Formats: sequence, C-alpha cells, structure tokens
Amino acid sequence: MKLYQLIPFLPLAAFVVNILLGKRLFGKQAHWPAVLAVVASWVISVITMRDVIGGAVINEDLYTWVLSAGLRVPVGFLIDPLTAVMLIVVTTVSSLVHIYSIGYMHGDKGYYRFFSYLSLFTFSMLMLVMSNNFLQLYFGWEAVGLCSYFLIGFWYEKKSASDAGKKAFIVNRFGDFGFGLGVIMIFLTFGTLYYQPVFDGMGGIAERSINVLGYDVNLVTLIALLLFCGAVGKSAQMPLHVWLPDAMEGPTPVSALIHAATMVTAGVFMVVRCNAIFSLSHTAMNVVAITGGVTALFAATIALVQNDIKRIVAYSTISQLGYMFLATGVGAYAAGIFHLYTHAFFKALLFLGAGSVMHAMAGELNIQKMGGLKKYMPWTYWTFLLASLSIAGVPGLAGFFSKDEILWRAYSGGPTGRFIWVLATATAILTAFYSFRVVFLAFHGKFRGTHEQEHHLHESPKAMTIPLALLAIGAVAAGWVGIPPLVGEMFGVEHSDWFGEFLAPVVGHPHGEGTHGEEWMVMFISIIGGLLGIGAAALFYLKRTDIPVRLGSVFRAPYRVLWNKYYVDELYSRIIVRPTFWIAKNVIVAVTDGKIIEGIVNGVPKAIGGFGEVLRRVQTGFVHHYAIVMALGLLAITLALLW
Amino acid sequence: MLPKVFFAYFSVMITILSLLVITRRNPVHSILFMLGLFFHIAALYVFLNAEFIAAIQVIVYAGAILVLFLFVVMMLNLREEMLERRYIGAWPVGALLSVTILFSLFSALKVIPQGPAGRYGIEAIKSETHTAALGKILYTEYLFPFEVASVVLLVAIIGAIVLAKKRIKT
Amino acid sequence: MVPLEWYIYLSAVVFAIGVFGFLTRRNIIIMFMSIELMLNAVNISLISFSHYLQDLRGQVLTFFVITVAAAEAAIGLAIIIALFRNKATAHVDEVTEMKG
Repeated sequence: MKLYQLIPFLPLAAFVVNILLGKRLFGKQAHWPAVLAVVASWVISVITMRDVIGGAVINEDLYTWVLSAGLRVPVGFLIDPLTAVMLIVVTTVSSLVHIYSIGYMHGDKGYYRFFSYLSLFTFSMLMLVMSNNFLQLYFGWEAVGLCSYFLIGFWYEKKSASDAGKKAFIVNRFGDFGFGLGVIMIFLTFGTLYYQPVFDGMGGIAERSINVLGYDVNLVTLIALLLFCGAVGKSAQMPLHVWLPDAMEGPTPVSALIHAATMVTAGVFMVVRCNAIFSLSHTAMNVVAITGGVTALFAATIALVQNDIKRIVAYSTISQLGYMFLATGVGAYAAGIFHLYTHAFFKALLFLGAGSVMHAMAGELNIQKMGGLKKYMPWTYWTFLLASLSIAGVPGLAGFFSKDEILWRAYSGGPTGRFIWVLATATAILTAFYSFRVVFLAFHGKFRGTHEQEHHLHESPKAMTIPLALLAIGAVAAGWVGIPPLVGEMFGVEHSDWFGEFLAPVVGHPHGEGTHGEEWMVMFISIIGGLLGIGAAALFYLKRTDIPVRLGSVFRAPYRVLWNKYYVDELYSRIIVRPTFWIAKNVIVAVTDGKIIEGIVNGVPKAIGGFGEVLRRVQTGFVHHYAIVMALGLLAITLALLW
Repeated sequence: MLPKVFFAYFSVMITILSLLVITRRNPVHSILFMLGLFFHIAALYVFLNAEFIAAIQVIVYAGAILVLFLFVVMMLNLREEMLERRYIGAWPVGALLSVTILFSLFSALKVIPQGPAGRYGIEAIKSETHTAALGKILYTEYLFPFEVASVVLLVAIIGAIVLAKKRIKT
Repeated sequence: MVPLEWYIYLSAVVFAIGVFGFLTRRNIIIMFMSIELMLNAVNISLISFSHYLQDLRGQVLTFFVITVAAAEAAIGLAIIIALFRNKATAHVDEVTEMKG
C-alpha cells in the first residue's frame, strides 16, 4: 500500500468504523476516527503536493475492478498537478469542516452518523479526483451525489429536508444521464476508459462525425456536450441549478463542504481534466462559456433580494461556479481551477460564518431579523468580512487575483469571450453588492430580532472559530500563488503566476491576445466595479435604508420575479414533476401494476385452480374405477413390452 | 403320461376352485373354496420339487391368512350379505379387461425368450434337501432382502395393531 | 414331462380370474381374496420357471412374495376393520368419501 493510496482509504476506514461502531463505542466522541482520518489524509496530501512540485507524476492501478470481454477498468490513481491541487482543496476544507462540526453538531442525536457520512463523502470525492479512468470518475461522481443526499436529508424527520435530499439526487440524475451517455460514447469510440489513451487519441478523431437520429454530429462535440451535462447537474448550472438552494436544508458544515468547496466543483474538475476533449470542439467550449456566464449573472440577480442568509450564499456559489465554467469555456483552464481553489476558502468561510451566526441566533436565518452582531461575535464578523472582501474582488485578497485572471482571459479570448466578459463584469458588481448587503444587514446597525434572541447572542466555541480563522488566512493569502505577471513584474518577481505554470503540463496555456494596456484596463474596471458594489450596498443598507424599500415598491413586478427565483421551480413543477406524478398514479399504478402485474399474479393461481378443478373429476371416490385404471395400466405395460 | 394326468387334474381343479372363489355370494363359502385352492397349489409345488415352499404355502396362506380372513368375515352380517348384489353395475367392463389381459399374457408367452439354465438341478437339490438348499442360498446371497422382509413383517404387526385397536373412550 | 408353457398358461388363467374378481365384486373381502389369487398365480409361474431353469432364485422370490402377501393381508384386514367401525358396510361402492 503506497502512501498516496492512504489518502482516500483512511476516510473510508473512518466511515466503516463510525457507521458500525459509532453509536455504541464512541457516542459523543464519534468525531475522533473521522477527524483523525481526514487530518491524516491532509498531511499525506501535503506530502504528495511536495512530491508533485518536485516533478513526480503517478499513474498506477491498484487492482483490476472490471475485466470483461473488451472492457478493462481498474481502481487506479492518477496524481498530477491538477489532482494535487484538488487534493489540497478537498482535504483542507474537509478537515476544517470536520473540526467545525465538533462544535456545530454538538448534542445532535445523529452525531456518529454525521461524521460517518462526512468521511464517506471525503472518500468519494477523493476517489473522484484521484481516478485515472472514466468509470472510477463516474463512481466517485455518483457516490458524492449519494453522500449529498444523505447529508442534505440528515435531519430526515423534517419533511423539507428529506424532500430537498430527493430533489438534489433526482436533478443530479438528469445530468448524470447525459454524463453516462458520454462515458459510453468514449468507450465505444476508443475501446478503453483510461484517461491517457483517450486524451492522446482525441486528436485523431477530431474530424469524425456520427449520425444521430438523422443528423450528422461531430463526435468530439457530442462527447464533450454529454460530459458537460453531468457538470451542469453536479455543479448546479442552469437549467439544473434548482437543487442547490434547497440543499441548504442540510446542516451548515455540509453546505460548506459539499455545496461550496468540493462536490459542486467536481463538474469544473471534470471539464478541466477532459480539456483535451473540450479544446477540440469550439461548439462545446462556447456552450460551456455561455452557460457559465449566463448562470453567473442569473444567480447573482436572484441573490440580490433573498433574505435567507444561507440561500444568499448558495446563489453566490452558483454564480461563482458559473465564473469557473466561463473560464474553462474560453480555454483558461488554469484560471478556472485557480478560482475553484480560492473560492473553496472564501465560500467555505462564508458558509461556516453563516453557521456561526445561526448558532448564535438559535437557528434564525432571516437577515432582516439580524443586525449589529459584530459586537457580540467579533471573530465571526472579521472572518466573514474578509471573505466578503475577497469575493468582491478587493485587490490583494485571494478572490481578486482569481477573478481578475478570469476576466482578463474572457476579454482576450475572442468575440464570444468579449460578450462573456460583459456578463462577468456585471456579475462582479452584483456579487460585491449582495455580499456586502449581508455584511451590513447582519453585522452592522441595530439588532432587529426578539429579546430572547438578543440574550442568547454569543460568540461560537473555539471548535468553530478556529476553522474560521484558518480559512480566513486562506481567503486572504491563497491567491498569492497566482499573481499575474503584469502585477508581479511591478514588484520585480519573475514568473509570479506560479499556479498557472504549475498546471500547464496538464491543461496547457490559454490562447488569446491582448495588450498590457488592455489587461490594466480590465483590472481597473473590475476593481471599480467591486468598489461600486460595496459602496452601493453601504448606501442602501447603512445610510439610506429607505431606498431599498422604495425601490421594492416601485419596481414591484421585477422584484417579485427575482424573489421567486424567476419561477423556475414552478415551471419545472408544472412541466416535469406534475406530469410524472400523474403518469405514476394513472398509468403505472393503475394499468401496469393494477392490471398487468396483478393480472398475472392473480391469474396464474386462478388458471392453476381452474385446471385443478377439471382434473379432480378423475378422483371419483369409487375404488372400482381406480381398479379399472390400474388394470388398464397393467395392460398397457404388457402390450408395450410385447411390441 | 402320468405327470400329465396329475397336472391336468391339478390345473382343472385350480381353475374351477378359483372361479368358485370369486363368484360365491356367501363369503364363508369363498374362503372355504380358497382353502381347497391353496391345497391344490401346494400339491403343484410338491410336483415341481419345491417341498419347502409347499409347506410354507399351506402354513402361511392356508393356516394364517385364511384364518385372518375368516375372523374379519365374522364381523359381517351374513344374512344381509346374502341379499346384496354381488357384482358392480359395470361388470362387463371388468370382464372385458380381464379377458384382454388373458389374451395379452398368452401372446406374451410366444415372444418372451427363455433365460439361461442355473446351477441347481433336481439332483443337486435332492442331494441336500430342498430346505437346506433354499436356506443356503437365502442366507448368503439374499441375506439383505431376508432381513428387509423381517422388517416388513414387523411393520405389519405394528400397523395392524395400531389400525385396528379399539379407542378407549375416556 | 409337462411342458413349461402349460404351467404359464395356468398361471395366466388364474391371474385373469383374479383380475376379474378384483374389478367386479362389491364385497371388500372378496376383492382381497382376488388379490391373493393373483399373487398365487404369480407364485405358480415363479416356481415353474425355477424348476425348468434349474435355478433356485424363483423359489427365493416366491418365499418373499408369500411373506409380503402375509404382511399385506394383515394390514389390509386391519384397515377393513377400521372401515367397518366407521361405515358399517362391507361394500366398496358405498364408500365414496374420497371423491374429488
């Protein structure tokens, strides 16, 4: 067992231990196996990162999983720069969330179950990123979806929670259907599911097209789009974004881990891992970029008017994921992963901070009912503020560098990129605005809640605030590994975009031309946009709090549309959900189950019974009849022997 | 010549007696005729150099089984029995079947070949008595069926007692 | 010497008579006696074969047939007695409880 193989298997062992023995053996201490395992995985990930920085690349099979006719699928590990970055992200955030959960889930009656699911999720995500073949990727993909279902519906007695879990899984299934088809297409084309042969062979089939339902479709485009379906579902892009806000029914650490830093980023990871496929299809790249850009703007507009603190952060996540996709869509894969990496820090921090606020407010989620919390919970306030500054793109913090990289690559990436850049910049302004709306409404001003809530306000325990502090360090400093050369040269540092160089062997360099002047212009526009957003939020929510109310009453219809999330859920309910229930009730239950299957299940015994009724006439009860039959039998045997 | 005469007598008597057995109205008469039948069959066995079997035939069949039958017949009400119908309504079917079986057996005779001759000639049996010869073969080659037969008889004893015993009303 | 075939014809005749009795008589005891008749017919043929083939195995089989016939008669008569106790009739065509 090599060292790197322990990375996923330690959390798996923790899961098995906790799920089987957790309740009896550990009880209130059930967090120990889970925390120890994931922290150990983190340590090994750091060691692995050090090795990869030194140039090591590992591509090994552990054992053969499937060996059948032409299909050979192993349980295998591929550790290259991309995997190493993902390992650091996953294990770091997972460890911090585990530690945070010790405080947050204290006293919950499903304590051991929570930690076992967290460990299972960590295992699944690690298997996903460390995979060296498509089937293991798909396994990890489905497994993280399953864990998401478990964890969203963790408080399963609450109907809204179990409904949300189901919604997440079912919506994901739509995307995974396309993803599965993509994997099948890859197998049919290449005969193997390993990454390396497929990526190497992509160039050879770039011109091939296949006939689908009468239309000739470019094969590479088809595969890329099918794979992207899965990403749309998993990473909550339009139109499959509906599950993510509802997933906030789960405990906050779950939201931080799964729906901010790791699971939802699996889609981005997959697109970047398959960059060899996507780069060969302009159509697919444009689809990805436009989906990302539109989703980013769309989600940001919804977040403007929501009042549930977790839902605002959820829409913010959808929006930021849109950023990552639009980066990959214009060919800047390294920029997308860079944003994934910085976003993990500040988004997890925002969620955990929200959890801390909820903890203090005894479960209250409505920011209109909060206010002035900064004097009661300083640690939470300062870390939350740093995360919001980072997401708004204030220069020097992590979010600024990654967002700026994306905006520049979009701008310089051709005409589609130019259009995307406009969407992205608008989104950036809105992002700064709604992030600071939360900060000002929740932490500044006067407390607007009830008296008992005010008495209850307190800073969260150390188990919760220490992860907040550690994540804040990341939210500030994580971006310093990817400073664009433009800025780095100002400080006399060559090759300051160390992150991009690190990933270049896997993802190549983005193409696009632009002058230094244009690059400065883009940067300034984004800085001004961010400051504009913050300033507008300060105006609306600190100084002139009457303006939002007036705007709401003047623009009533747009306000209502945004408040109802563009009525997408209602649309789906009408088009998909209700017809499905109707079919289930009237076709499946009534006809297939009622008539056909019941018909067979009841009909067969009836037929046998009827047959028996006829046969039993033979038993007349008269011994002589039986005797005559016996004699006839004897005669028959004798004659048979004779002839 | 003489053997054929004896055989003629025995066979005619056996046939007539068996017909009488099955056609009497009075069951006791049937049993008595059956007794005669058994004696004639035993005589036929002696004729065929199987004295021991003849003795067994008389002792077991005539001595035990018929007595058993007689005891059971005692339970019938003979006066009523004499007034009942003898045959079932569909007796021609039975007659037809039995005649058909008879003819098929007759024609079987022409077809079935004779097997090979064995080791026990008349002289060999006469040298050691028939009983000894039978006993020798019974206790060596056919020991297992012999033991099984004893178990069968045990089952018969137990079964007869269980089936026929009177239930004591408590 | 009496030919073997004559013994076999005799055996067949007795057997057919036994079949007739078994199929047509109403009285259960007469039916039983017809069964014994059939068994005896088989014994005759066995003994005659044993004599003519100079093999003792026919007689061994006869021995066993007699044994089994005795056992069967004992049990059968016990069943008849049980039947008498319940139905008070000796005629088989009046006993149709097992119909269907």
